[in-house]
Amino acid sequence: MKKPELLATAADFDELKGVIEAGADAVHIGGEKYALRTPGRFSMEEIRTAAAYTREKGAKLYVAVNSLMHNEDLDGLPAYLSELGEAGVDAIVFSDPAVLMTARAEIPEIPLHFSTEITTTNVATINYWASRGASRADLARELNMEEIIETKEQANLEIQVQVHGIMCMFHSKRDLVTNYLTHRGEDRDRDTSLERRLFIREEKREDYKYPIYEDDHGTHIMSAEDVCMIDHLSELLDAGIDSLKVDGLMKSADYQINVVKAYREAIDLYLENPVDYEQQASELRQQLEAMQPDGRPLTTGFFFKEQIF
Amino acid sequence: MSSTITVPDKKIVRPRLEKPELLAPAGNLEKLKCAVHYGADAVYIGGQQYGLRANADNFSFEEMEEGVRFAHERGAKVFVATNIIAHNEDLPGVHDYYRTLQDIGIDAVIVADPALIQACREAAPDLEVHLSTQTSTANWQAVKFWKEEGVSRIVLAREVSLEEIRQIKEHVDVELEVFIHGAMCISYSGRCVLSNHFTARDSNRGGCCQSCRWKYDLFEEGPDEDALQANVGKREIPLFNEQDDPFTMSSKDLSMIRHIPDIVDLGVESFKIEGRMKSIHYVATVVKVYRQAIDAYCEDPDNYELKPEWIEELKKSGHRSATSGFFYGKPGHEDQLFHEAEEHAQYEFAGLVVDYDEQTGIATVQQRNHFKPGQEVEFFGPDYTFVQTIDTIWDEDGNELDAARHPLQLVRMKVDRPVRPRDMMRKESV
Repeated sequence: MKKPELLATAADFDELKGVIEAGADAVHIGGEKYALRTPGRFSMEEIRTAAAYTREKGAKLYVAVNSLMHNEDLDGLPAYLSELGEAGVDAIVFSDPAVLMTARAEIPEIPLHFSTEITTTNVATINYWASRGASRADLARELNMEEIIETKEQANLEIQVQVHGIMCMFHSKRDLVTNYLTHRGEDRDRDTSLERRLFIREEKREDYKYPIYEDDHGTHIMSAEDVCMIDHLSELLDAGIDSLKVDGLMKSADYQINVVKAYREAIDLYLENPVDYEQQASELRQQLEAMQPDGRPLTTGFFFKEQIF
Repeated sequence: MSSTITVPDKKIVRPRLEKPELLAPAGNLEKLKCAVHYGADAVYIGGQQYGLRANADNFSFEEMEEGVRFAHERGAKVFVATNIIAHNEDLPGVHDYYRTLQDIGIDAVIVADPALIQACREAAPDLEVHLSTQTSTANWQAVKFWKEEGVSRIVLAREVSLEEIRQIKEHVDVELEVFIHGAMCISYSGRCVLSNHFTARDSNRGGCCQSCRWKYDLFEEGPDEDALQANVGKREIPLFNEQDDPFTMSSKDLSMIRHIPDIVDLGVESFKIEGRMKSIHYVATVVKVYRQAIDAYCEDPDNYELKPEWIEELKKSGHRSATSGFFYGKPGHEDQLFHEAEEHAQYEFAGLVVDYDEQTGIATVQQRNHFKPGQEVEFFGPDYTFVQTIDTIWDEDGNELDAARHPLQLVRMKVDRPVRPRDMMRKESV
C-alpha cells in the first residue's frame, strides 16, 4: 500500500522542527503576505531557513499564497513568488487564478497545490485545475468520504485531505468584529486578532463556541469542533489519498506535535498491520480526546454527513 | 473526459454599449415579462437544475422558450444561472442541459464552476459564458485568466471598489458586470459553510439558510484553566451587556441609485439587480427606477439630478436600509444591520392590469391582494404613476362587487388615465 504524506502546519521554526521530529513528512506554513489562516507568519529569511532545514531532513515545505487577491496585491506578487522559488520551497498553495498565472511565468518548476479556499467540490473541476498546472488539490472540507474516495479514483493529480484540526467556516473581507464593537460604542480594547481568543455562540446552540478573528484578509469564523479522523484512516489510506493534513491553527505547539506523533503512529500501524490498527484506533482517539482544549469536542466534520439543498 | 477547454476563435461582436445593460432577476415567467415590460435589457432566470436558488419556482424548458420569445421580441436577452459549485453527482446530464439551453435560444449562462464552463463550451459553443460572482473575482489578472479561458463576461466580486473596477477595465478588454441593487452575502460569496454546518443545507448548491443573519453572542476566552482554579465560572467574558444588540453579520442591502453617474462612468457593460426570490412588485419597481435614472443620466449627463421620487418609489416595494457596499471602500458598522427590523414595504401589490378598453376607460385587473371601492390606490407603469380612488368594481359577468376578495379574480373598474396590460396597481400597506 502507498504511504501517504503526513502534512502539518507550523507557526514558527521551532514548531516546524518539532512536527518534523514527530514524524511529519511535510510542513505547511504562511509567509508575511498572502497567506490565509496559517498559524504563524514566516519572514522570507525564516522561509529560507525552514526550506534548508526541511530539505536536510528529507521533508517538504509548502508555502500558502492562497488569499483572494485584489489589484494592489498583484504588484509584489511576481517578486514574492520568485523569492519563494529561490528559497527552494517545494510547493506553492494557491486559490486565486492570478497566483497560478504568475507562478507559471515566474517559477514554472515549483509545484502548485490548490487550496480549499478555491471551493472545488467535483472531479471534473479538480482535473480542470490539473490541466492548468496544479499538481495537488486540497479538497473542500464539505465533501463526504464517499465523494473523497470517488474523487481520488478519478483525479489526475494528488489529493490532500485534512484529517485533524480546526476548519474555516466563513470568510468575509469585512471587519465584522470591529464593526460590532464600534456599533456598541467601544472605542478601546480593539484587539480582534487570533491571539485575543474571541468566539461567538449561536442562540440555540449554547454548547458550541465558534472562534472568530480578524486579520488583514478580513474576518474568519472557525469550527467549534476539531475534525479528528485518527480512527477512520483505513478508508482514506485504502483509497490512496496522497496527503493527510493536520491543521494546528489556534493550538499550542505541544498540542500540534503530539497530534502529529499520534497520526504518525496510526498511519505506520495501519500500513504494517491493519488488524492492530483497528484494535488500537479507539485508544488513539481517546488519547487525542484527552488533549482537547476545554469545550472543543472532536468531530468527523462533513466526512459522514449528507448535505441537502 | 478531456480536461482541456477548447476556446473557439470567436470574437465578441457586440459593440460596447453606451448605456450599460440593466439586468433584472426573474424568478418565474410572470416576473420575466414584468421585468422586460418595466425596462430591463436582460433578465436572468434559473432552470430546474444547477442554479443557486433551490427554493425559487424556477423555469421549465417550455417556460424558458416562452420567456425567450417574449424577451427577444422586445429586444431583451435571457441569461440562465447555472452557478452552483457542483459535486460529482451533479455532473451527469450537464452537457445535455447546456445543449437544450442553446437550442431554446438562451443568450448566456452564468457559471461559477470550471467543470460547468468546460461542459458548456463543449456542448453549446454558441452559448456565451458569464463568470458568476461566486468565484469572487476581484483582480485584473484573474479577470484576464478567465477571459483567456473563453468566458465572455465577468461578474465581479462584490468586494471591489470603483477604483479597482476602473483598473480592471484598463487592464483587460472583456465585458464586466456589477451588482448595483439588492441583498448580498456578507462573506466572500461562496466562502461560507455556516448553512451547511448548522442545517446540512449546502449554500453553494442553492440551500443557503442565511445563518449569517442569525443572532450570536460575542465572548472573549478567559485566562487559562490553571490560572482559574479558584475562580471557576469566569472563563468566558461576554463582550456585550444585557441590553445590547446581539452580534450579527447582516449586511444592509446594496443600492446605488444615489450614485448613478459614478457607476455609469465606469464603463462596465452590465448593471445587475439581485433578487430572483423577490416579488413581481419589487422587480417592477426597482427596474422602473433604475431604467429612468440610467436613461436620464445617459441622455443628459451634465444636467442629471437624482430625483427624490426614485428613492420614494424604491421604498414602496420594500427594502432593507441601503448601503453602497464596497464601491467607496470597505464597509463599516453603519453598513450592517444590528437591530432594526427589516423595513416593510410601504405599499402592497393589489392588482395586475390584464386589459384596458380605451373607449370606456375601463381596465380589467387581476386581483393580487384585497381591495374595494372607496380605497385609494396607485397605478404605475414603466413611465407613469397616478393615484385614484376606486369607484365601482364589477366581476367578469358585470355583477357589482363590494370587494375584490379572491386571488387572481378578474375585476373591472374605471381608471382615471389610460393603462396598459402588465401595469400594476398597488395600495398603501396598513
